[in-house]
Amino acid sequence: MMSPREKLAHDLTMREAARAASGTRVDLLLIAQMVTPGSRVLDVGSGDGELLELLATTRGCDARGIELSREGVNAGVARGLAIIQGDADIDLADYPDDSFDYVILSQTIQATRRPKWVLEQMLRVGRRAIISFPNFGFWRMRMDLLLNGRMPSTDNLPYSWHDTPNIHFCTIRDFVALVDEVGARIESAAALDASGHPVRFKMPWWVWNLLGEQAVFLLTRKG
Amino acid sequence: MSNPVPELSDSRPDAAITVARAEADHPHSAVVTFGADRPLTLDAGTDLSPFQIAYQTYGTLNAARSNAVLLCHALTGDQHAANINPVTGKPGWWETMVGPGKPIDTERFFVIASNVLGGCMGTTGPSSLNPLTGQPYGLDLPVLTIRDMVRAQSMLIDHLGIERLLAVVGGSMGGMQVLQWAASYPERVFAAMPIATGARHSAQNIAYHEVGRQAIMADPDWRGGRYLNEGTSPRRGLSVARMAAHITYMSDSSLHRKFGRRLQDRDGHTFSFDADFQVESYLRYQGEAFVGRFDANSYLYVTRAMDYFDLAADYGGVLANAFKGTKTRFCLVSFTSDWLFPTADSRAVVHALNAAGAPVSFAEVESDKGHDAFLLEEPELFAITRGFLDSAARATGVA
Repeated sequence: MMSPREKLAHDLTMREAARAASGTRVDLLLIAQMVTPGSRVLDVGSGDGELLELLATTRGCDARGIELSREGVNAGVARGLAIIQGDADIDLADYPDDSFDYVILSQTIQATRRPKWVLEQMLRVGRRAIISFPNFGFWRMRMDLLLNGRMPSTDNLPYSWHDTPNIHFCTIRDFVALVDEVGARIESAAALDASGHPVRFKMPWWVWNLLGEQAVFLLTRKG
Repeated sequence: MSNPVPELSDSRPDAAITVARAEADHPHSAVVTFGADRPLTLDAGTDLSPFQIAYQTYGTLNAARSNAVLLCHALTGDQHAANINPVTGKPGWWETMVGPGKPIDTERFFVIASNVLGGCMGTTGPSSLNPLTGQPYGLDLPVLTIRDMVRAQSMLIDHLGIERLLAVVGGSMGGMQVLQWAASYPERVFAAMPIATGARHSAQNIAYHEVGRQAIMADPDWRGGRYLNEGTSPRRGLSVARMAAHITYMSDSSLHRKFGRRLQDRDGHTFSFDADFQVESYLRYQGEAFVGRFDANSYLYVTRAMDYFDLAADYGGVLANAFKGTKTRFCLVSFTSDWLFPTADSRAVVHALNAAGAPVSFAEVESDKGHDAFLLEEPELFAITRGFLDSAARATGVA
């Protein structure tokens, strides 16, 4: 039995590596690896459906999406994916309890108005929740603020402070505290370094919080 | 705009109306007649028998009989979706959507379009001859429902030897039929695409329909619904009904873009009640053109069927129960400027489908063309329809 973190340290399969080379985001590949093949998945903030397609084609999942932007929805639906135009902050409430095996929120929690409510809804609607987010505790963010005295912006987060969809940034440690607050359990977690590779060694949270540019968490309800 | 301002005072049927009347019993379409052995049990509690359905098909049914797509038409549509309409001489109402290489591709799918029950283009309706009397039914025809229309369509699909439809697609009242199909015959519908529609007709929509019906019934030439027997035509009433309805199919911004406050072939106001404004002239033209192709009593029956539609009411008031356990996959589309069936109506259906665990897509298309957008050149709608049907075809092994 591997530890949760070891589970995520698996090398990418050849097929997935090929996709990564062709441009699929590494955090999406990591998420796809966390999902049991054949399960029912809801991707909240599904964009144009990249993860939905990955889950359907490589994991045989029944994958559905919610997406706020009209362009994203229309592009995804035109590709034959099941995507609903909707808002995570509102529309998660309309799904019945336990309607999915996994509810996924990739790179979106920082853009929600009510991150805690969204997390609670995810764990109500799905038996498990997978969340990936940019880590504001990443050392380069800290350096930016410390040395330049300006709000950090990176290649992944290029927005200026006054014109950004990202209104609720957090660090890995902040997120772990929120998980505790909503009474969820961390089943596994991974941090990705600046080049998008998983930080492979088992390390205390403060190290991940420093070295991880993004993080991916797999949560379940307690009890 | 240089539409002729029509003369609205003549109550005599003209040549166009005579052509339209001939379509009611002997349409330029395939017809299937269901005799006394196959009555249609209506929601009103009576049987309709005999009755006939007029329909058009496009493309070829494959050997597995798995590539059939049923189109459901809107209030004043008909079975001539993708061919020249025999009454108006104009292209079919969905020529942009249906045809070889088009989003509903007739080189790939066997497309069926039938005239609804209560219509006036060859399926039994109030202008059809009542076999008992040898006279047009008029108001002797029982009041019909969307479910009656769909029940009749299912008999047509039986007749064509098709077990399961690859898809049922339609907008507005056609979308209501799509939802009814999915609720009544879930195992016969692989994919359902209700466009610009809702699971029930709103109070506002019922109100607009009532204005139209009252305009028809207030016309002395309506003759208590017996105008065909008496050789008159309630053209003023029907024309006004169409004018009022036509406004609801457009948006404020599309009316403004098309007409603004521009005047019709004149330099200033005439200080009369002539059609000074282009928008007036346009509406009069729309009303008059409609009279030439549609039956006034059909308008009463079909609008009534829409008013009665409330899918949740048939399932204990819970819309999700209409789709319980369904395997049908859904794709709903609404338009930003549609105030007749606003996005909220589609969203209510989406919520119910989510609650029922049904696979559902939903897209709101940005358009300023109002409710009519579903009939017009809307590239996003075309892309979504193509993608949705393509994925349904792939999932069922249709080449």
